[in-house]
Amino acid sequence: MKPSIIGQLKRDRIFLLLLAPVLVYYVLFKYVPMFGIVISFMDYNLFKGLAGSPWVGLKYYRQFFENRDAFVIIKNTVLLGGYKLLFGFPAPIILALMLNELKGKIFKRFVQSVSYLPYFLSTVVVSSMIVMLLSPSTGWLNHMIQRMGFPAINFLQEAEWFRTIYVSSEIWQQAGWSSIIFLAAITTIDPQLYEAATVDGAGRLKQIWHVTLPGIATTVVIMFILQIGQVLEIGFEKVFLLSNVATYDTSDIISTYVYRVGLLQGGYSYGTAIDLFMGVIGFVLVYASNKLSRRYGETSLW
Amino acid sequence: MKKHTGLFDVVNVLLLGIFACAMLFPFVHMAAVSVSSAEYVVGNQVGLWPKGINFDAYTAVFQDRRILVGYQNTLVYVALGTTLSLIFTTMGAYSLSRRNLVFGRTFMLMIVFTMLFTGGLIPTYLVVRSYGLLDTIWAMVLPGLVSSWYLIIMRTFFQGIPRELEESGTIDGLSDLGILLRIVLPLSKPVILTISLFYAVQIWGNFFYALIFIRDAGLMPLQVIIRNIVMIGQYSDTTVSSAIGDKNVILESLKYAVILVGTLPIMLVYPFIQKHFVKGAMMGSVKG
Repeated sequence: MKPSIIGQLKRDRIFLLLLAPVLVYYVLFKYVPMFGIVISFMDYNLFKGLAGSPWVGLKYYRQFFENRDAFVIIKNTVLLGGYKLLFGFPAPIILALMLNELKGKIFKRFVQSVSYLPYFLSTVVVSSMIVMLLSPSTGWLNHMIQRMGFPAINFLQEAEWFRTIYVSSEIWQQAGWSSIIFLAAITTIDPQLYEAATVDGAGRLKQIWHVTLPGIATTVVIMFILQIGQVLEIGFEKVFLLSNVATYDTSDIISTYVYRVGLLQGGYSYGTAIDLFMGVIGFVLVYASNKLSRRYGETSLW
Repeated sequence: MKKHTGLFDVVNVLLLGIFACAMLFPFVHMAAVSVSSAEYVVGNQVGLWPKGINFDAYTAVFQDRRILVGYQNTLVYVALGTTLSLIFTTMGAYSLSRRNLVFGRTFMLMIVFTMLFTGGLIPTYLVVRSYGLLDTIWAMVLPGLVSSWYLIIMRTFFQGIPRELEESGTIDGLSDLGILLRIVLPLSKPVILTISLFYAVQIWGNFFYALIFIRDAGLMPLQVIIRNIVMIGQYSDTTVSSAIGDKNVILESLKYAVILVGTLPIMLVYPFIQKHFVKGAMMGSVKG
């Protein structure tokens, strides 16, 4: 027989007591800000506060969509996330397949260790490294370019380079780390399949194509669906650190725009309206992709 | 399986070798430039091997008060933040790992929802501001106190502990709290270690909170200092004067030295803790 609610509360009191501070944290720092989105429907003024600021309905949403910036930053966000998915997604799979084919254990471990390392560097350090290595006057890359007889390129001041720099640095940082899950999936493949393939005369490439890849297909599809869901969730820090006025045509994304226009210039209501609009789209994307992956492979974020 | 080495293996090893070099190259190059003497750096002659080895750049870095203050602040944030985050996450994860916890599903849903939807930058800023946390240590620690992701990983781990162990604890007369402290936590050392490492790395590298919540120069973490020196190009009088001394410290060497000093702790401990990180990545990928 199930005890009454009172009885259950009494039985679980220690656990509820342990949980309470955590829930307080979630309310104070996650749920209170969620209710803060009402300021996107107000003319919020820091000094008048919530009670004193007038309601303005959808004014700031309209303002956003009538603004030329809206199209540019939405396009930049989608493209940056899209390119990262397009080029960043296959990288760890290829790496995992190659690592799996290595015979030398020590070399394999070395390559793995080295490839995880960049994942643990802070965004500031990685961005600083990029700025230094790409510097037109002192950076190593430009020395090489000049040595080959070409003029130096001011990579970080030219809008057309931004996406390339961002996506390749993300791959540099994450390919190794993301390969872990695919390597784990490969270990679950039945070794007899490889023996059978060898008997049938399949070479190494054929084995990868016909045994290894099908063996990790489920993992690949699930990871892909989950990443589509997060395509708009581009880390603020790196884009913020590497972008500047000269490259805003390609480098200004929603989060950096909201920071600049909303927080620095004090357009609190306007910034919140943009954030909310994109937050809803992001929510739909993540929710849909999770539903999809759950149906496909009984795996999901939650 | 066949053991002979064919063209396939040669190409594979070669490509992975190049890949490993690409991973390591920036570190080696930075290290080489940071200890090379000015004339070689200016002449762009330093590639992978230092020329005219000296440690003037590091002397200059360690004489810069801002870096020392930043280091100290970051260490405080990491120590305080990791401890608090770990305690809160463990308490939450353990309670929520109870299968029949009253309102357990509701609480879980409430936590998962925050992974999907947030108030966004400005409401978060305004809320932290209204709590009076701007320009305090707490602004670096409290807003990110519990990561839902790590909480779920830990909860999954706790759920995997056999119930019989807990029941035997009850028979031995342990209270619910006693079971947590005497039985569950000692069994959970690996997950606790892994999660605290993740928290520590995250807090160490946190630039965002400092950017929006901190104005006071005395509270700036190391990441902000690195950015100011390397990317914005501020350098204090101390570094300039030490550069003017008898030996020239060129700005480029100095900047690389700053970056490396900021990376040093993780580079030093990385080889020893790598396997715990990997374990964490695996835990995150399997759902219980």
